Amino acid sequence: MEKNILSGNEAIARGAFEAGVKVASAYPGTPSTEILENIINYAGIDAAWAPNEKVALEVGIGACFGGARALVTMKHVGLNVAADPLFTLSYIGVRGGLVLVVADDPEMHSSQDEQDSRNYAKFAKVPMFEPGDSEEARVFTRLAFEISEKFDTPVLLRTTTRISHGKSIVFPAEPVQGLPEPNLVRDPGKFVMLPANARRRHPLVEKRMLDLAQWSCEQTFNRIEDGKGEVGVITSGISYQYAKEILPEAHILKLGMVHPLPKDLIRSFAARCSTLYVIEELDPFLEEQIRAMGIPVVGKEVFPICGELTPGRVQASLEGREMAPAQSFDTPLPNRPPNMCPGCSHRGVFFELKRLGAFVTGDIGCYTLAALPPLSAMDSCVCMGAGISNATGLSKALPPEQRQKVVGVMGDSTFLHTGINSLMDMVYAQAQATVVILDNRTTGMTGRQDNPGTGHSLTGSAAPAVDIETICRALGVRDIQVIDPYDLELTRQTLKSAMERPEPSVVIARRTCMLERRGAAERKLPLFVDADKCVSCKACLKLGCPAIEWNAEAGDKGKAVVNQLLCVGCGVCQQLCKFDAFGVRHEK
Amino acid sequence: MKNKVTNILLAGVGGQGTLLASEVLSEAFMLGGYDVKKSEIHGMSQRGGSVTSHVRFGSKVYSPLIPEGAADFLFGFELLETLRCLSMLRPGATVVVNDLKIMPAPVAMGQEVYPADIPAKISSCFPDTFLVNGMDLAMRAGNVRTVNIALLGALSRRLDLAEQHWHQALTRQVPERFLTENLKAFELGRAV
Repeated sequence: MEKNILSGNEAIARGAFEAGVKVASAYPGTPSTEILENIINYAGIDAAWAPNEKVALEVGIGACFGGARALVTMKHVGLNVAADPLFTLSYIGVRGGLVLVVADDPEMHSSQDEQDSRNYAKFAKVPMFEPGDSEEARVFTRLAFEISEKFDTPVLLRTTTRISHGKSIVFPAEPVQGLPEPNLVRDPGKFVMLPANARRRHPLVEKRMLDLAQWSCEQTFNRIEDGKGEVGVITSGISYQYAKEILPEAHILKLGMVHPLPKDLIRSFAARCSTLYVIEELDPFLEEQIRAMGIPVVGKEVFPICGELTPGRVQASLEGREMAPAQSFDTPLPNRPPNMCPGCSHRGVFFELKRLGAFVTGDIGCYTLAALPPLSAMDSCVCMGAGISNATGLSKALPPEQRQKVVGVMGDSTFLHTGINSLMDMVYAQAQATVVILDNRTTGMTGRQDNPGTGHSLTGSAAPAVDIETICRALGVRDIQVIDPYDLELTRQTLKSAMERPEPSVVIARRTCMLERRGAAERKLPLFVDADKCVSCKACLKLGCPAIEWNAEAGDKGKAVVNQLLCVGCGVCQQLCKFDAFGVRHEK
Repeated sequence: MKNKVTNILLAGVGGQGTLLASEVLSEAFMLGGYDVKKSEIHGMSQRGGSVTSHVRFGSKVYSPLIPEGAADFLFGFELLETLRCLSMLRPGATVVVNDLKIMPAPVAMGQEVYPADIPAKISSCFPDTFLVNGMDLAMRAGNVRTVNIALLGALSRRLDLAEQHWHQALTRQVPERFLTENLKAFELGRAV
């Protein structure tokens, strides 16, 4: 077949297709999202978004009980949500092969932490593959399904941002043939994890990992590349590429499977090197285990534990120096932080929450950008679902006069992910806090994926839509208001009265994301600033709208101007200007 | 050329089409028979933030990231973002840069100042600098959204790859209904 240049995520989708996957389930999360978005290009796979990662994994387990091969994908923090079924699945093993792709984000390009998910492989006692480029992503995905069935185990496949979103050349192969058709088979001793059954399974898990460790010593995915001299490197994944770049002459042991470790292979490799480096991103995962084998290595005492590696960071670490700072000119350059889009439906809500002096317990999504200046309207952000439950806890702890200030905020997709339980608890606990659900009819931050509330599936077909108001009512919320966040006055009055009520209130701020192709508000004519009316008060700049710019040269003190290419005419600035300086330019 | 790796760094602002340009670049070099890797960040950077993309080609490419200080070409879609990346270049590198300023939020809000005379600053460090008016080329091609491909045309003239591979890569990467104007934009850029 023709070679192609694919991202790691595209290659995983291809590998899953080649492996005969029947069911794929995921919750979107950077950098894992594009795997499912690409898998729908292949026939014969039931691929769908799940409301969260735990559900996604449990759907995959169900398919595997039926004898189908199942793929489940998520970002690193998603595996925390899915950890509960993973640990028990390790005991159960599989019927049809099950592969869980976990995409880590060293450097936190788009994440709230940089946990090293390799630790889950050791913790849950399951094997883990780590590809070093897109072709390996395809091959290892395919191989992972075989190993899953051969060793009766779920298999983790770990990528990092540079693998998932990097592109390299892939040589697609034909899909496997002759997999058994799924059917119902009862196997309670294996599928029903009662204590008595689990006690029988645990020793099998321990044996499985020992067998895998031995078997993997002979496999080509763990390979030695002979170099010159006496310097050796043990590495895996993207770090292998940096090692080859910076130490082209070194002997290399490249591990394709990072758990369990091929101990005999490592011992024989170490014996031929006088200096042995372990080059790995984040935790000293390989290093600690190799040291525990009694093999001296150089690792995190020279290589950074925080952030991702780069060729330059590896080089500097080997030379024992700090990275030279990036070249700067006489003055530091202005930063270009990400921002909510022009016409973003979230902006007005945070502008008014700030004016009301709310203490905002936030959550994960585009709206987390409201924490940045000039809005600076988010006071906490922990994980998905925490916006509401943090508000509950705060209101329990605070004196009555401060409780009113507490507002939990999350998006529609986040609410459906893990927010419903949190709101259930807020009502049950009779907490005095306000909840704002920013319903922009999509999962925005990861690139506008559908969710159970949008009425559409991953493939774009029609699907039943969850009614958020009805859910809130069923949870026992009595005060539920739906507002258009483009209406600043309504937004302020509704938030104010909700915050004053001595019971949980929900305000649903509903307006479709400006970037959404389906059902987005029509873009209106851009506004303009009447320079005669602008009094240079800079109030409009507090919105942080990318379309409003400050022209310091205009007038005595400068004037606001609207960037005509960026403005979508949402009119929020027009409502906020006390001097009526924003207007619509009528056609001549 | 086949024996060494060539490094092209793209720099711009989210939404400018740097991603499509890097797709066409990497596809073209794959079609030219090279090993190719590319790396960029999606996610947060789409929201109007700084965007960079690394494209590397040669007989065998390991790291998808260009080693710091080793970029041979800087392909800039915006002046400030181009200036920001100069430390990634090797001495004597070539810079092809769009003559465009996009104000970052701290500048738009009047808190910081957009640096003056960026083209002069760049060419004082890298004499091999080409300032291209991408918007003008795109308008001549008949669609302002072809700026990225017009700029790619200007870069392509400085890269050692047969014209047929560029055309084939554009045909494979650009949606069919926009292909004619993008091919025209590419040609106009290539003539600069």
